[in-house]
Amino acid sequence: MTQIVNEDKKNELYAFMDEVSQERRSNSYLIAVLHKVQQLYGYLPQEVMDQVAEKMEIPTSHIWGVATFYHYFNLKPIGKNIVSVCMGTACYVKGADKMLLTLKKELGIEIGETTEDKLFTLQEARCLGACGIAPVMMINGKIYGELDSKKTVDIINQYRKAAQTDIE
Amino acid sequence: MEDVQYKMMLCDGVSCIHNQSKELQSAIESELDKSGIRDAVSIHLSGCLGMCNKGPILIVNPGYTIYGGVGSEDVPEIVQSHLVEGKPVARLVIEEDHLYNRFFRIFGDVDFFGKQMRITLRNCGVIDPENIDDYLSVRGYEALAKVLCDMTPEQVVAEVKKSGLRGRGGAGFPTGLKWGFTAAQKADEKYVICNADEGDPGAFMDRSAIEGDPHTVIEGIIIGGYAVGATKGIVYIRAEYPLAIKRLEKAIEDAREHGFLGKDILGTDFSFDVEIRLGAGAFVCGEETALIHSIEGARGMPRPRPPYPSVSGLFGKPTLINNVETWANIPVIILDGGEWLSSIGTETSKGTKVFALAGKVHNTGLVEVPMGTTLREIVYDIGGGIPNGKKFKAVQTGGPSGGCLPEEYLDTQIDYESLAKAGSIMGSGGMIVIDEESCMVSLARFFIEFTQDESCGKCTPCREGTKRMLEILTRIVEGKGKAGDIEKLERLGSMIKKSSLCGLGQSAPNPVLSTIKNFREEYEEHIEQKKCRAGQCVALLSYVVNDECVGCGACKRICPTGAIEGTRKEKHLILDEKCIRCGQCYDVCKFEAINKV
Ligand SMILES: Cc1cc2nc3c(=O)[nH]c(=O)nc-3n(C[C@H](O)[C@H](O)[C@H](O)COP(=O)(O)O)c2cc1C
Ligand code: FES
Repeated sequence: MTQIVNEDKKNELYAFMDEVSQERRSNSYLIAVLHKVQQLYGYLPQEVMDQVAEKMEIPTSHIWGVATFYHYFNLKPIGKNIVSVCMGTACYVKGADKMLLTLKKELGIEIGETTEDKLFTLQEARCLGACGIAPVMMINGKIYGELDSKKTVDIINQYRKAAQTDIE
Repeated sequence: MEDVQYKMMLCDGVSCIHNQSKELQSAIESELDKSGIRDAVSIHLSGCLGMCNKGPILIVNPGYTIYGGVGSEDVPEIVQSHLVEGKPVARLVIEEDHLYNRFFRIFGDVDFFGKQMRITLRNCGVIDPENIDDYLSVRGYEALAKVLCDMTPEQVVAEVKKSGLRGRGGAGFPTGLKWGFTAAQKADEKYVICNADEGDPGAFMDRSAIEGDPHTVIEGIIIGGYAVGATKGIVYIRAEYPLAIKRLEKAIEDAREHGFLGKDILGTDFSFDVEIRLGAGAFVCGEETALIHSIEGARGMPRPRPPYPSVSGLFGKPTLINNVETWANIPVIILDGGEWLSSIGTETSKGTKVFALAGKVHNTGLVEVPMGTTLREIVYDIGGGIPNGKKFKAVQTGGPSGGCLPEEYLDTQIDYESLAKAGSIMGSGGMIVIDEESCMVSLARFFIEFTQDESCGKCTPCREGTKRMLEILTRIVEGKGKAGDIEKLERLGSMIKKSSLCGLGQSAPNPVLSTIKNFREEYEEHIEQKKCRAGQCVALLSYVVNDECVGCGACKRICPTGAIEGTRKEKHLILDEKCIRCGQCYDVCKFEAINKV
């Protein structure tokens, strides 16, 4: 099953790289290609990077240089749910650091890490543009605002419950 | 109805009828018949427009020209001059048509908007951003048509110069000058870039402008392309803004379909197209030379200037780069005139500025005010002041490159020079209100932690210097500060400012230096008395239960670490070694039975 899915992903990535190679100065689209990889795989797997290097004829070292420069790219596999805590100024002023502390404790991980059960990856975000309802966190693109520690833990528990029912 | 060119709206409210709007209508109809343009004009009756003392009111669209006190005798002139020759009759116009009027007409009586002047945000909330027809109905792409049909590129540059517009991305460089430099370059290829990287962590002006009205930005970019002789535009936008990206994509597609983008735009020989490139989460990529490297597919490292992008930019070609808000001003300058824009604002700063107002203030959100508005007006009149009866402490502008201004600067007028003189900067538009519960040392540390993390590492003063500053600030907030630390921060700060390669390093010490200048006593308290007056620095703080405690158990239940003990109806106890100082017990207690000491 995963084999087929991976084949699909690979085809989609190659189709994208083919499209890009038609453009003038096609190497300048490297970052766009990395975005595509991350969209497909959730992170930048080493073997896929090697494929990109070969296909785009760019040295792997250059690709990794670029990939590691930008915060947006995950270099490690990520969990099912991505929890981004906003550490922008507005959220900070409204106590986001406490929320982060609560989350680290609750999930037992540091920023950039993934829980053992692969359910959560904890990330730091910079202004999610929802400053009006600070402090804010985002889980898989959904915004939760006006948080306090209790609310935060409740929300995490909802995701845990949802994952539990999924398994059942 | 295809060939209707003008729509007239006549008010048939009671007062206007009293002022003979009925007679006016028949006069118009017969005059239209006489001039033979009856079919090109449609007449509608509207309800009361609320300008009763100036009736009868007649509105001519497109253009939203409002005539007042119109008598039958004026009709031939209006028909001939306005409808046939296209020149509104100035002596009867009671409200000049400026693009921003419409927003004001809809929302002007809402307090929050009343003190604002929405020029660049004029369409946000008024039109459907995903519908190009909606944009066209508010004179969308009319500026582009005007530029392509009636103006030479030199005239466009001159008009922008006349407006006095300065870059809204932070540095405030005169936009017209920059356009002139790029236009003057001879090259086989030129580029135009829209900087939508919006790196200030606490600001979302550009995102909202694009989400609310993407076409205005695109129209501005096309006009810029025409003015400097470029054929390609690029919007560099943060990947963290999916909705804005989606709206931009749609807008670009629709604009192409309507012939505003692509080959031979509007039947002229000007061809231009726009492409979107995504950032990938690096603050320094907002800096123009780093941004250019990022578009080229490399690490986003800045390089020394000169050469400026206007001479050697993207792929070594002359490149015009402006901020989103700067671009959004362009169609207004073309349609309402550079002179009009320059009539708004102060001596050195013209037009309006958008701020993302947030933090400890009642009304948070986007605020667009004329330059020259005071900080007090924004914080109190528009923002509604500080909630929960707390005391104002400072307002932070310019994000990680800016500073914190205390109470005595509240009457500072918003313009590039005044804010700089007060010790902060205009910045791109972040404005965070801070109350007495925030510690200024921690805030300074917060910003340095940010810039230190975002420093690209290319130059030593910024890479190493910010790290040293962070170390010192960290030890101060942890209660381990030493005598002489403040002076060390000042020395380091001024050195980093002077010797860094790009704007990131050159401005990174600002939050620290401005808080030292304005809140030095807080630094001294942390170092000498190991005290944080805001009660924010956890290392300098413990929570203790006082005799007010009734033993309700609320604190015990909420404590995430089980640091509170006690039996019901008896005084509880906080175990200091387990306490993580999250403050939740303090917040939850209804009896003021917990003290921060
Ligand atoms: C560290 C750093 C970050 C910057 N971030 C942004 C940004 O997010 N958006 C922006 O428009 N300009 C940013 N700038 C300013 C740009 O370098 C450039 O001056 C601006 O895009 C020019 O446009 P303007 O003249 O319309 O302001 C940044 C500059 C520095 C030094
Ligand atoms: S600072 Fe958190 S949403 Fe803006």
